Amino acid sequence: MGYPHKTHPRETAILSKHFGDSEARSLDGWKQRGGYRALEQALSTPPAEIVDAVKASGLRGRGGAGFPTGMKWSFMKPGDGKPHYLCCNADESEPGTFKDREIMRWTPHALVEGCAIGAHAIGAETAYVYIRGEFQEPIDQMESAVSEAYAAGILGANAMGSGKRVDVHVHKGAGAYICGEETALMESLEGKRGNPRIKPPFPAVSGLFAKPTTINNVETLVAVPHILTNGAEWYKAMSLSNPKSTGTKLFSVCGNVSRPGTYEVVLGFPFKDFLYDLCGGPQAGRKFKAVIPGGASVPIQTMEEAEATLMDYEGFVAQGTMLGSGGIIVFDDHQSMPRMIARLARFFAHESCGQCTQCREGTAWTTKILERIVAGQGTFEDLDTLLEIADNMTGKTICVLSDSCAVPVVSGLQKFRHEFEALITGRRSSTVAMGGKPSAGGSALTTGAGV
Amino acid sequence: MSAHETVPYTPVFVGKRKLDLDAILLRYPTKQAALLPALWIVQEARGWVSEAGVTEVAAALELSAAYVKGVLTFYTMYHQHPVGKYFIQVCTTSPCLCAGADKVAEAFLRHTGCNELGVTSPDGKYTVIEVECLGACGFATPVQINADTVENVTADTVPQILAGLK
Ligand SMILES: Cc1cc2nc3c(=O)[nH]c(=O)nc-3n(C[C@H](O)[C@H](O)[C@H](O)COP(=O)(O)O)c2cc1C
Ligand code: SF4
Ligand code: FES
Repeated sequence: MGYPHKTHPRETAILSKHFGDSEARSLDGWKQRGGYRALEQALSTPPAEIVDAVKASGLRGRGGAGFPTGMKWSFMKPGDGKPHYLCCNADESEPGTFKDREIMRWTPHALVEGCAIGAHAIGAETAYVYIRGEFQEPIDQMESAVSEAYAAGILGANAMGSGKRVDVHVHKGAGAYICGEETALMESLEGKRGNPRIKPPFPAVSGLFAKPTTINNVETLVAVPHILTNGAEWYKAMSLSNPKSTGTKLFSVCGNVSRPGTYEVVLGFPFKDFLYDLCGGPQAGRKFKAVIPGGASVPIQTMEEAEATLMDYEGFVAQGTMLGSGGIIVFDDHQSMPRMIARLARFFAHESCGQCTQCREGTAWTTKILERIVAGQGTFEDLDTLLEIADNMTGKTICVLSDSCAVPVVSGLQKFRHEFEALITGRRSSTVAMGGKPSAGGSALTTGAGV
Repeated sequence: MSAHETVPYTPVFVGKRKLDLDAILLRYPTKQAALLPALWIVQEARGWVSEAGVTEVAAALELSAAYVKGVLTFYTMYHQHPVGKYFIQVCTTSPCLCAGADKVAEAFLRHTGCNELGVTSPDGKYTVIEVECLGACGFATPVQINADTVENVTADTVPQILAGLK
């Protein structure tokens, strides 16, 4: 459902069906809504069969990269004599993305169930749910769901009477976007700084505690019980444009729209209808200007591109961007794109773990130059320098945070260059570009202050 | 005693908190993995993590204090010095900025008397900082006050929110 709004008739509410329904949060409430039947069934099914069903469903990772989930699971070899681990990535820190938060705060048992099934499927006895530290309400909901599940014998040494051990533990992060990167998350869970690891080895070979590990996003795992209950064919049939993009997807929408929220549609849904019908279009008297559809790390779209997009993995690529995390950020005609991009650059500069020179220096200089342009102090050479730095930041580092910082800069300069040039030639005064007169304390953006 | 410490440090991991830590240790194959949870326990008990807190955590988990400090400083949510009674974090990342987050941050600075980001108000009550995306972008502007997220904050509702804290 389009939480906090009612379900729109054109949504397909499967994962989000119980958002806003506080009775679904308790174990009893969840069982009344069909919960834990899929787990019971799964625990008496050989892992390979579950992996095959997930493969056949076409489910792809919902954390950003869209990697086929069944294939990822098939890299694990249950019964190889080693402990295996499942990590659930609930770090959700990609600007524009807030769907996993709704899953955990409204349907925590759905995630406990998804984790338990995933663990069984990859031959793991333990699943860790790594939740960003700011998510206190989702953490509380998850912790109470986990303890209810232990008390009811759903988790533990003899999960649902199957004779199999399944443990699920909630692990609270402490403020670091980079811990959403899969190997950084594992480092963090091990009690280290969240520095991404050089790959290979890949997690399926040497992951958490150097043991074979699978990591999946929250939304990926909560889709699995539905696939087991209704069948892979049912899931696969939910596809509106490309057979490689199946199932429903939660899209969280924010920025300058009339009805921001989390909407669930079948992949391939027309983006234009999504923005204007489901999300209610722009606010009164405004016009949409640009969209970043997959979290801050994917290329910015013009409205022409966005309105021509079909919302699936291939459809976003065909229109110059990516589906990413499904965090849709909409900007209207009152916004300055250079200002918005400068603030995104500062986000990446703040979150760089600092291991790679190109990223540490590149994110810092990109931010400095962009903020200078926004303040009306930029030069035309700055635009070339930005592109040069962006080139240096792409494809050369341990993880893709560096690339992600370059993405809005390059696509912004490609598609909204006139706004940068206008700031440089001074046709728009810097105060207008900053969105109002700078206040006494200095706006957050102008000071660049923090602790 | 370190610079910020005004009262002598008393151990955190005693009684119930020691039992909590013991229960947490059972979840992981290494003691080190309990580091983030252990630091959380210290911060919840004392409001921040002092040098003495670092030393205590290091001893409990059989790590060096230097190592613990290295980890502590990586994560933005651990306080390395005391902060106001209400620690207010306003998200100003672009999705919230385009919805007016800068005005919300300014309103907090003005109404708390902090005037500057990161500086605790003279009465010790408030510290206001800007924070990167809180993962609640559809409820602009989300503001984290201690452990709670307050949604849909506007510059106009700031005085009312502050009044509710007293
Ligand atoms: C810098 C960075 C941050 C990321 N943050 C997240 C995140 O918050 N949540 C998430 O699920 N995936 C995140 N990812 C993607 C993960 O590395 C990983 O691909 C994903 O969790 C795999 O799960 P999936 O296959 O179910 O999508 C991030 C990746 C990078 C490079
Ligand atoms: S690219 Fe940036 S965030 Fe990623 S490992 Fe290198 S320095 Fe760290
Ligand atoms: S950008 Fe403000 S909560 Fe995400």
